Amino acid sequence: MNSILIKKGRVIDPSQGLDDILDVYISNDIIKQIAQNINRKASLIIEADHLIVAPGLIDMHTHLREPGREDEETIYSGTRAAAAGGFTSICCMPNTRPICDSRTNIKYIHSRNLELGVVNIYPIASITVGQVGEEIVEFGDLVDAGAIAFSDDGLPVMNAEIMRRALEYTSMFDVPILDHCEDRNLASEGVMHSGYIQSLLGLPGIPGAAESTQVARDVELVEFFGGRLHICHISIGASVHLIRRAKKRGVNITCEVTPHHLTLIDALVKETNFDTNTKVKPPLVSEENRQELLRGLQDGTIDVIATDHAPHTAKDKDKEYVDAPFGLIGMETAVPVILTDIVHTGVISVNQMIEKMATNPARILRLDKGTLKIGTTADVTLLDPDKRHTIKSTAFYSLSRNTPFEGKKCKGAVDTTIVGGNVIYSKGKIVSDEER
Amino acid sequence: MIFQHKHLLTLEELSREEIELILENAKGFKEIFTRSIKKVPTLRGKTVVNLFYENSTRTRTSFEIAAKRLSADVINFSVSTSSVQKGESLLDTVHTIEALGSDFIVMRHSCPGAPQLLARRIKSAVINAGDGPHEHPTQGLLDAFTIKEMKGGFEGLNVVILGDITHSRVARSNIWALTKLGAKITIAGPSTLLPKSFARLGVRICTDLREAIRDADVINLLRIQLERQRKNLFPSIREYTLLYGLTEERLKWAKKDVLIMHPGPINRGVEISPEVADGKHSVILRQVTNGVAVRMAVLYLLSGGEEA
Repeated sequence: MNSILIKKGRVIDPSQGLDDILDVYISNDIIKQIAQNINRKASLIIEADHLIVAPGLIDMHTHLREPGREDEETIYSGTRAAAAGGFTSICCMPNTRPICDSRTNIKYIHSRNLELGVVNIYPIASITVGQVGEEIVEFGDLVDAGAIAFSDDGLPVMNAEIMRRALEYTSMFDVPILDHCEDRNLASEGVMHSGYIQSLLGLPGIPGAAESTQVARDVELVEFFGGRLHICHISIGASVHLIRRAKKRGVNITCEVTPHHLTLIDALVKETNFDTNTKVKPPLVSEENRQELLRGLQDGTIDVIATDHAPHTAKDKDKEYVDAPFGLIGMETAVPVILTDIVHTGVISVNQMIEKMATNPARILRLDKGTLKIGTTADVTLLDPDKRHTIKSTAFYSLSRNTPFEGKKCKGAVDTTIVGGNVIYSKGKIVSDEER
Repeated sequence: MIFQHKHLLTLEELSREEIELILENAKGFKEIFTRSIKKVPTLRGKTVVNLFYENSTRTRTSFEIAAKRLSADVINFSVSTSSVQKGESLLDTVHTIEALGSDFIVMRHSCPGAPQLLARRIKSAVINAGDGPHEHPTQGLLDAFTIKEMKGGFEGLNVVILGDITHSRVARSNIWALTKLGAKITIAGPSTLLPKSFARLGVRICTDLREAIRDADVINLLRIQLERQRKNLFPSIREYTLLYGLTEERLKWAKKDVLIMHPGPINRGVEISPEVADGKHSVILRQVTNGVAVRMAVLYLLSGGEEA
């Protein structure tokens, strides 16, 4: 019988208000006991006196690129990158080739993951057929097949009537619509945040209003027509204000932010002399906007930290700034970056971090995850909050290297990732199938 | 003083002293133009490659003449007939050019930052001949040279840059050079074409032409491009000319000895009336001549300033 005893770790589980030095006993794939000084035999004992024992982290916004762009990422590489980043569950966006808009696509992802993956994948299907913003997908059939949410991420639904119908219709199934808020006319050909730095560099700008006007629209749509709405990767102070006010009125709305928007600003485009690893949507914004994101994170306006892991090959990124694709990878840097720049600096506590990276994603997606409750599947992430290291993209399990955090000195790392009672990642390495 | 830069990418990154050094050297090179043999052996055996991803006959020709007067070999790499048309990337193209033996690559490109990408990756000296709306350093230098030649200096001068500032590399390079040299800058034009955040550079922003050019010592006009109108940045060329077209009548609002400059090519009857373009205040053709001297100075200083 496969069993794990994690000794004397600081067990933090916001889902049951737990924060104490405790032992955790896992048998088969289930969390069996959490108590002080558990005296049981186990096939593996982990001494965790310097570690934080958290529910397995959930990344509710990733791009796995399979099927279609297996040179950028695959289910094999992406799930290993996830495990190395402490994520035991990830939600993949539908903008693959073909677009994930039918039962077949969901089934394909599930079967590939069963064969090759090492973490749980919860696919997100598109809102409209082919993500072209015209015809809604078969939401009911997709939910039945395993779609956890719906999003036209990257090519947001501009037509408010279609978004209205999607919200109304999906309310039957209690699944969220995840909206990448960007007015495509305002954003136009823009490649970086409009403002002082952008004006100096002469790059085409994306005004902050491209995001906030869509957030305002979405708030109104949910308020009028119902449904559940989650706003992806907010980046603008105005969006934080709109969502804060909407939540106070009781509007059914949640939102996420990425580690890069919390820690980097538009000035980096200039400082790096137009490094295309600073090119992302939404773009890196001004320091004033970043400060509003930090406030939103603190007061709970922002529910979730998600990576928007978006792999691109060096060939595609090694281009003129305007021609390079948008997107950064983030699964293997999220925990170190958040611990270093957001937790150790006192913006939020490590408990809040776990809430935003495990508890809240599970709540929003109605997953029986993100918790260490007795009897649940043993998805556990051990964090080493004081470990000092330097981010090196050559060590990534992701197939891509497009990170803006190369060479960053960090305090805090993922120590061990346990998925379904199996140690998948430990001390810098994915555990091979034979060892498992 | 030695010029420390390997490339000329922006005027933002140059100090006042470095800009003055280039202008001083340009003055020396301009004297050569009056000789019967307008050529010096400074860059003999060096190869200058003009790599223009956007058409610009005047800038390319100016660099070509500048390099030839320094005895360099000049290759004009024509993008429209090259492998770029077959989908070759910028870096692959440039690596090929370098393998052929270039010492300088003079590049015009529509994307801001494209010269920075080259400078990171190749051994040749890179001269930015305009990167999208970002910078056009040699234009900023030749404008500064022309102002100095005509006005003697920069302290306290009121320079107005009039037109589409948002999309203008000339405006940005002029702002950097002239503010470093001590001039006071006003940017003027329709509100949709003025970056408001430029106020942080100490630049005055003005949408009223009369207000903008009152007390102007220099008015630098920018070419207004029709494609901007298509994006609704202003309603029509007609309205632009009504509000901002510089006529002899309106020129009276400025100082009596105001200089009229334009990087060309000019739109006669749009941003500038023919009378003003050809009038006594205009130094537009002088700018063209000075461009050669300034580009000679830049090539010379980037080569290490040897064999002067």
